[in-house]
Amino acid sequence: MKHIISVLVENKPGVLARIAGLFSARGYNITSLAVSETLDSETSYMTMVVEAEDERVLEQIKKQLNKLIDVITVTDFTKREHVERELILVKVNCSTKDKEKLETVLRKFLGKLIQHKENIAIIEAVGEQEQIKNLLESLKPFGIRELVRTGRLAIAST
Amino acid sequence: MTGAEILIECLRREGVKVMFGYPGGAVLPIFDKLYDADIKFILTRHEQAAAHAADGYARATGKVGVCIATSGPGATNLTTGIATAYMDSIPLVAITGQVKTFLIGNDAFQEADVTGVTRPITKHNYLVKKTEDLARIIREAFYIASTGRPGPVLIDIPVDVQQKDVEFIWPKEINIRGYKPTLFGHPGQIKKAAKLIAQAKRPIIYAGGGVISAGAHQELKALAEKIRAPVTMTLMGLGGFPGEHELSLGMLGMHGTAYANHAIMEADLIIACGARFDDRVTGRLDAFAPHAKIIHIDIDPASISKNVKVDVPIVGDAKNILGQLIEEIKKLPDTRDWLKTIEQWKRRHPLTYKDKDDGKIKPQYVIEQLYYLTKGEAIIATEVGQNQMWAAQWYRYEYPRTFISSGGLGTMGFGFPASIGAKVGNPDRQVFDIAGDGSIQMNIQELATCVCNKINVKVIILNNGYLGMVRQWQELFYKKRYSHTCLYNPDFVKLAESYGAVGIRVVKKEEVCSALEKALSIDNTVFIDIHIDPEENVFPMVPAGEAINRMIGGMA
Ligand SMILES: Cc1ncc(C[n+]2csc(CCOP(=O)(O)OP(=O)(O)O)c2C)c(N)n1
Ligand SMILES: [Mg+2]
Repeated sequence: MKHIISVLVENKPGVLARIAGLFSARGYNITSLAVSETLDSETSYMTMVVEAEDERVLEQIKKQLNKLIDVITVTDFTKREHVERELILVKVNCSTKDKEKLETVLRKFLGKLIQHKENIAIIEAVGEQEQIKNLLESLKPFGIRELVRTGRLAIAST
Repeated sequence: MTGAEILIECLRREGVKVMFGYPGGAVLPIFDKLYDADIKFILTRHEQAAAHAADGYARATGKVGVCIATSGPGATNLTTGIATAYMDSIPLVAITGQVKTFLIGNDAFQEADVTGVTRPITKHNYLVKKTEDLARIIREAFYIASTGRPGPVLIDIPVDVQQKDVEFIWPKEINIRGYKPTLFGHPGQIKKAAKLIAQAKRPIIYAGGGVISAGAHQELKALAEKIRAPVTMTLMGLGGFPGEHELSLGMLGMHGTAYANHAIMEADLIIACGARFDDRVTGRLDAFAPHAKIIHIDIDPASISKNVKVDVPIVGDAKNILGQLIEEIKKLPDTRDWLKTIEQWKRRHPLTYKDKDDGKIKPQYVIEQLYYLTKGEAIIATEVGQNQMWAAQWYRYEYPRTFISSGGLGTMGFGFPASIGAKVGNPDRQVFDIAGDGSIQMNIQELATCVCNKINVKVIILNNGYLGMVRQWQELFYKKRYSHTCLYNPDFVKLAESYGAVGIRVVKKEEVCSALEKALSIDNTVFIDIHIDPEENVFPMVPAGEAINRMIGGMA
């Protein structure tokens, strides 16, 4: 099962390597990772989606993260009310005559066309996983050339 | 003050009396200050030995061990020692030189990414970029190394950081927001544990190295005596409970006593204290202690429910928690029948070995004689292999910090330098290294360190001409195909003599005691090269992957 975990860390060199090292050394799977400074430039948030076969593994991941000196707090959103989003950029094939069709799809699935030139359209979308999945599905017929995603971000509701 | 001066001043303020290390270009500014510093410096003959010696010093005294090496190869040579300390949770501060800050990342001469290399084998590490940060980092390093679950901390200091002159400011307090070890057990959990204990019929205490690092041996004894529960120890826990005590079952696990392994398999309650259910202890996990509820006391939350599911986890310092628990327990379990059963197992299936009258020297006999001769008062370091297991089985450890052995990493070459560290920390105690003929050759150069510094340790080489433990596995599990486990050894007596130490060879059983006595009377380092029965094995033994009551040479 996938879980979103948000890790507040000291904003210091080597911290990312510590976390990456922990995951590889202990054989944990990480699906996505987003890192950025918080309001306080001395700390960063690392929001990660981890895969854990059971509760025990998830607990171990959280405990091992907490053990790192540079980790300040670990928040597991599995059982916490939260809002989550992911941003994606997609490059699809789109000739001038297909443009209208594309725009209909984008209106329906909340995508935004941000560039169109030389038969290539670049689309931006922000949403929950379901929304993004649906958008990508409906873009498939155009021919997706490239896809980049930020990974999921989460913030607690209260 | 320069960075190097700040370092020395900080070490002084941290109470460091002795350091082990080896110089080189990237630590010259520090060594220049060590020249007339008020710190005893022991020059080892290999950086690995410096790390092990600092580790042995820490294990024997409870203080933080300190070692130092130059950049690149000096630092990489430390890593086996650092990993050894890490696996056994030993407080260590390792200082390494680094190339100048502006050269870092340029593949400069003797540059290695030492913080990168040691990240997975340290509790924490630092690359010091500014001299202004040095004092704070050193304070944090000592604090992190010695508190919570102890462990090694490495500080990598570039040459220019050592040279730069800045104002020295000793940080008044330490504030690491991501590091706040739990000290006391949660009262609710203590209550739950007390209740389980009161209901138990067949309780057993399973004690590990955490008891020793927390200094909780007295509390452990008080608890065991209060609830009348037997105590078994891991390799790391030996000495945490008196080996001669009527409630002691000795060591459990792969080469544990048959009665300890049976007791834990039959128990209805396991009180684990500072132990981590390592695979050498549990054997086949799904068959481990099927009837038992488990209380697990540990300073490290990540150790709890890692391998086995725990009913009552209690996170905190073992000394505090055992104290809390003793106070909380009002109703005592009735363990008389249980202790009677165990007493029978002990009588019927004691640790034994076959001592034939064929003149061959049995290693177990040697350790027994050493025990009688030293009255159990010596500090015993070990190498790794059969020698280590015989030392664990046949010497009775009455006090904490008297058995010094690489448990988690199983590092051959650890014992000799560790015994040096132990002796430096306890000049008035008798210190032995129980060695194998293979292991001793991994840091044998430290004879020079002993002789030069008049560090009087006694090394008992249980010389079987083999990498004995590996040969034992080949005998039992690989059809006696002794692939590359037979050794061609040097003359250990002459070798010791060539360094200015003393060598004694023993080939007859009658000579064992007199040789040990003679060694003790000599005020020098002595190698006692004892030619033992070459094919003697360590029993009982749980084959890897078996349930721990299915022992070869144990009880049926
Ligand atoms: C550095 C290192 N290399 C290899 C091993 C694997 N190993 C474990 S025990 C052993 C044999 C040790 O031989 P010796 O020191 O003669 O001890 P004996 O078992 O004969 O008492 C070996 C090679 C190890 N533990 N450490
Ligand atoms: Mg040997």
